[in-house]
Amino acid sequence: MKRFFFFSFFLSFGLYGQDYFVVNDGVKTKDYQYNVFTNANIYTDKGIINKGTLVEKDGKIVDLGSNISIPINSIVFDLDGKFIYPSFIETHSSFGVKKPVRRGSGRSSQYEPTRSGYYWNDHIMSDYNSFGDYNYNQKEAKGLRDIGFGVVNSHRNDGVHRGTSFTIGLIDNQNESYRIISKKTAEHYSFSKSLTSNQSYPSSTMGAIALIRQLHYDSNWYSQGSSETKDLSLEALIENKKLPKLFDANDKLNVYRAAKLSNEFDLNFVIKGSGKEYENVRELKKFNNTLIIPVNFPKAFDVSNTNLNEKLTINQLRYWNQAPTNLGVLEKNGINFSITSSDLKNKKDFLKNIRKAIKNGLSEKAALDALTIIPAKSLNLNDKIGELDKGFIANFLITSGPIFDDKTEINENWVKGQRHIVKSNDNVNIDGNYTFNINDKSYQVKISNSLLRPKANVKRDSINIKSKTSLVDDWLSVTFFDSIDGRSSFAQISSKISSTDNLSGRGIDFNNEAFLFNIPKNKAKKESESKRKNSPGETFVSDVTFPNVGFGISSIPESRSIHFKNATLWTNEEEGIIENTDIIIDNGKIIEIGKNLKTPPNFSVIDASNKHITSGIVDEHSHMAATSINEGGHNSSAEVSIMDVINPDDISIYRNLAGGVTTVQILHGSANPIGGQSAIIKLKWGSEIDNMFFKGADPFIKFALGENVKQSNWSGSRFPQTRMGVEQVFVDHFDRAKHYGETWNQYNSLNNREKRSVNKPRYDEELETLLEVIDGKRFISSHSYVQSEINMLMKVAEKFDFRIKIFTHILEGYKVADKMAKHGVGGSTFSDWWGYKFEVNDAIPFNASIMHNAGVTVALNSDNSELSRRLNLEAAKAFKYGNISEEEAWKFVTLNPAKLLNLDNRIGSLKVGKDADIVMWSGHPMSLYTKAEKTYIEGALYFDIDKHKTKLEKIKNEKSELIKLMFAENTPGANLKFPNPLPQIEVDCDYIEF
Amino acid sequence: MKKIILLNILFFNIIYSQQTPAPDQDKSVLIFGAVAHIGNGETIKNSIIGFNDGVIDLVAQSDTNILKENIKEYDTIIDATNSHVYPGIIALNTNLGLVEIDAVRASVDDDETGTYLPEIRSIIAYNAESKAVESMRPNGVLLAQVAPNGGIISGKSSVVQFDAWNWEDAVIEYDQGIHINWPSPYTYGRWWLGEDRGLKANSNYSKQIKGLKDFFDKSKANMSVKKSMNLKSNAMKPLFDGLITVYLYADDEKEIVDGITFLKGYGINKIVIVGATESKNQLNFIKKNNIPVVVKQPYRFPQSTDSDPMETFEIAKKMLDQGILVSIDPTGTASARVSIRNLPFYAGSFSSFGIDKEIALSLITLNPAKILGIDKDFGTLEVGKSATLFISSGDALDIISNDVTHAFISGRGLSLETHQTRLWRRYSNKYSDSQ
Repeated sequence: MKRFFFFSFFLSFGLYGQDYFVVNDGVKTKDYQYNVFTNANIYTDKGIINKGTLVEKDGKIVDLGSNISIPINSIVFDLDGKFIYPSFIETHSSFGVKKPVRRGSGRSSQYEPTRSGYYWNDHIMSDYNSFGDYNYNQKEAKGLRDIGFGVVNSHRNDGVHRGTSFTIGLIDNQNESYRIISKKTAEHYSFSKSLTSNQSYPSSTMGAIALIRQLHYDSNWYSQGSSETKDLSLEALIENKKLPKLFDANDKLNVYRAAKLSNEFDLNFVIKGSGKEYENVRELKKFNNTLIIPVNFPKAFDVSNTNLNEKLTINQLRYWNQAPTNLGVLEKNGINFSITSSDLKNKKDFLKNIRKAIKNGLSEKAALDALTIIPAKSLNLNDKIGELDKGFIANFLITSGPIFDDKTEINENWVKGQRHIVKSNDNVNIDGNYTFNINDKSYQVKISNSLLRPKANVKRDSINIKSKTSLVDDWLSVTFFDSIDGRSSFAQISSKISSTDNLSGRGIDFNNEAFLFNIPKNKAKKESESKRKNSPGETFVSDVTFPNVGFGISSIPESRSIHFKNATLWTNEEEGIIENTDIIIDNGKIIEIGKNLKTPPNFSVIDASNKHITSGIVDEHSHMAATSINEGGHNSSAEVSIMDVINPDDISIYRNLAGGVTTVQILHGSANPIGGQSAIIKLKWGSEIDNMFFKGADPFIKFALGENVKQSNWSGSRFPQTRMGVEQVFVDHFDRAKHYGETWNQYNSLNNREKRSVNKPRYDEELETLLEVIDGKRFISSHSYVQSEINMLMKVAEKFDFRIKIFTHILEGYKVADKMAKHGVGGSTFSDWWGYKFEVNDAIPFNASIMHNAGVTVALNSDNSELSRRLNLEAAKAFKYGNISEEEAWKFVTLNPAKLLNLDNRIGSLKVGKDADIVMWSGHPMSLYTKAEKTYIEGALYFDIDKHKTKLEKIKNEKSELIKLMFAENTPGANLKFPNPLPQIEVDCDYIEF
Repeated sequence: MKKIILLNILFFNIIYSQQTPAPDQDKSVLIFGAVAHIGNGETIKNSIIGFNDGVIDLVAQSDTNILKENIKEYDTIIDATNSHVYPGIIALNTNLGLVEIDAVRASVDDDETGTYLPEIRSIIAYNAESKAVESMRPNGVLLAQVAPNGGIISGKSSVVQFDAWNWEDAVIEYDQGIHINWPSPYTYGRWWLGEDRGLKANSNYSKQIKGLKDFFDKSKANMSVKKSMNLKSNAMKPLFDGLITVYLYADDEKEIVDGITFLKGYGINKIVIVGATESKNQLNFIKKNNIPVVVKQPYRFPQSTDSDPMETFEIAKKMLDQGILVSIDPTGTASARVSIRNLPFYAGSFSSFGIDKEIALSLITLNPAKILGIDKDFGTLEVGKSATLFISSGDALDIISNDVTHAFISGRGLSLETHQTRLWRRYSNKYSDSQ
């Protein structure tokens, strides 16, 4: 009742809203009429109303149902069994909004914001409203209406915070005052920078994530009145807090990342995906976010060239094959989603692709909800649009049949009570068979496609007869060409169409004699339906694996209970290297080591005679399996974290398992002195991201010294440009972090009353991180080359009373090894690289052994996803160059990196109670004639050289199966895609995301 | 035994300081007791090897009598029992001596500007005193082809040995090869211009081939002119005359087939394929044309993310199985130039995927000597050949056992000291002194 009241108020407001406008081109007219639609199948939330009536007035639905009294002042549309659906709502669009202009880039990078009075970062434009840059675009509107959309929510898709969107009805013959449904509908976010500013930060996805975090900390702080200055962006953000928030993630991993952010700050993001969410749905379904999903299914590849086919990856082929299942998969996993047309190049494919999705497992109900109710809810407009009900805005489609039937057409698209004819289709469906008797001969006439351009097939005694068909207005003519009594002649019929089940009119026969006819349609056979049912069974869909690439797995390996017999064990413990010894693992741990052990019941036995077993290799310095590596937008980026941007699909994970690697630290790159937080993961190929993180590992952060941070090998402009400046960056940041900590301590020591009288300090992610370092809760792994800078960083740390944990690369560590030992820092170095830049001129392969002999804990790292798969050979090099034992050299890639990462209580040696992260080698683990045969993580088998061969076979077969299928779409003239695999990149410290 | 001690002193003290090239051999040397790895697939378990005036004059199975007989014939005796003797390792396609530090442009001299540069000669830029060059020797890498990069025709390479005062001193074979980078039929999208990052057809491919063809045609026409002042055409003449070898850089199968067909069309038969990373489907074609392959070292990514990670290790065996003459291209790895000292380990790694170790050795000894046309003097331990060899206390192809104790180039005993070993001693002593 309340709602009704509200609506009548709104209605009268709407009615008289424009009465004050002046009219000069005639007399003022006012419409009082109702539009009434009868004999329709009306789709409502509660079900379909058959033979229903819908009453519209002034852009609103006044009434609908099956027994509705029609007001006298009505225009009645008899829909004769057609369907009425609520029209679709496009949530993700830049409809009518002027494209942002890319700001020309200067010679050097820009670090400061361009605007003042706003947030410190230009890419946050929370104060912007897209309506100011909007002009109604008739052509675009028609494009959207033709595929069923009535309402569009539009925003400028530019920037990390893109400001707010507006929502309008796609109405051609009215002005904006009538079109606007909401001027400020939702806030829009993304991980991409604005084109309109060259401000460097954020230069990576992880930077964008950190920026959004800081933004929300700042807005909470600002809303408490703690700021002494004005910030219009934050004010807008606070003002818009209650608006829905849409996130353009546009990539399945970014969908996951946005969902995590959403969860962290309770933002309830509605997230626009990419159409590949079927690949990580098991992670996405844990969140409650509604998604916005495009239906831009990939085109088939041109598979005519063997050479190129070989370059295609299984992931690319599967994408073509699996993409149509995406929506069905999301539905099955209970994820709410709306469907967007936004990524479609050819909008006309929209309904076609949705119908394809339905054939691939999407229910019709979910499809329709995804086009109507869910987008309405996402925009918080579900009291006005998205349904057919009393009081709702009259946005609806009139279709020739059930909307998702292949042959159904949208005839009309009514928006706010304004009629738009999509397909002028007053044609009557006369499809069917008719039998004519002309000159005593029986002609079978089969008419098809009568709603558009009718076609007649004429047969006499099952012989095809040439004919010609035309439809002008509603007059059908069919001409028959046949021979009569040995001469060729023609007959013609002409019928004004008025009924679906008979043709009547007049004609002339082959002797040019006129005749009248009234022919009923023959009884139809139901062959088409049975045909349709057959087709879905024929399509082959590849299984989705984890990850969905070659060598992906279908189920996560489980921890095993195994007794390895008679192996050579490299224990890394007091026992050293012991031959003919057994090791037993269970429940993810090593439970027993010794000679001639008894096999516990139900344990499997592996004969490891002539095999060597070691703990898994640990790489202290890796850049694999991450989307971003460098956030170079500031000289300190302590606030960013690699943990936010793990890419579990990276094939490097699998390749490293094949090299016996089980744990890696993924470090930030070396673009800036203070880099970002690192991620320590176990290489659990195929696991969910959260399960890859090394549970309970201490947090680390990357620092960097040397040529990269001073931008020596390219042109840079930001501070620092010298090693002298680098020191001051550290001193400055630690000074500030210390002060920051003190300020908070002071504030926290106040009682509540006192707290109210002072401004609350601002929460700063970057300084929080650095404070953790000073407090010894977070550890530094610092990229380093020459002795001067190594010495410097130790002195800076000592000044602030903490210790550097790891110098990584540390190529001149041998020159200051005594100082390092005294400071207590470890060295994680390259085995034998040098000579590629000036600061590695004195790098020597003896570095590891000199540092070791001077008492430094030494590790060898890769910094390269190709090299890391043979770290065992890097250990061999350390042994070759220098005076150390094989056993010590082996520790450089196992126990020592584990020590440096504070993980030696869990991994790094063969010891009862430690994790069963072990590798079985075909021989001496440091010989290049040896191969890793089995790699276990926590007792689960993640790499097995025998299974590897089976996998290769499977990849080969699946590829050829998919290419075979693709040939079906490789028809002449088909629009095909060039086989375009992505380049493989050896990611290292210098990697810049793009 | 005394003599042996003497020899060690000789190596560390008498033979000048590091880097200084050794004088011509004036004392004959006899090495006995080692496993001799001949370089052609054969071994001699208990060998006796002698050389004088820079040339090997004895290679035999040893026994007490033979040893007794010969020991008095030679001035310097090396007891290499339990050790191994190898011919000096030969590296192909290197820019050693042309580049000192990659990131310091002033020290980079391997890439001239231009597209067709047959007149460019690498040898004159070769720095015999490069720190990178000297660092090759302690691992047994003693000879190299020094080749220019860049352009489509990069220029001419020469062969050098690694113990020399200057380039004239270093050269073994002048201007013996011409290097052609076959254009790639595919490229990756330029993402920074907003293109799709994936593979696409190189729209310039046929234009580039046409350009190369025009250049070849023009050169062929011009070179017949006597006293021609066209440097480029003159520089192409030895190629058409069959005097020098074309090193054709081609990875993709299309590049390989197009490149070979193109050159054969000019009657050029001395062709060597370098790279050949994606050649596995064209090995038959390569063999049929009797073309040697310098295959990229195995420490690189396989063709695609779905490919067997071991694929790069298995290819050498596939080539050998076809009967192709194979050597190893050491480029394409991190820190590649200085890592050429790991060439024996690349061979070892190939051998771990089904190649006999002695055959694997020939990939970096006899086969490159054949490819370079210097196998008359180098590449194997055979009487009459240059005494360019080294002794390792263990298997030189495996990292953990490669331990070179002696190395000779044309009989001259080399210092195994380098910039790096000097720093090693300096700082090892610093800490041991302070303890």
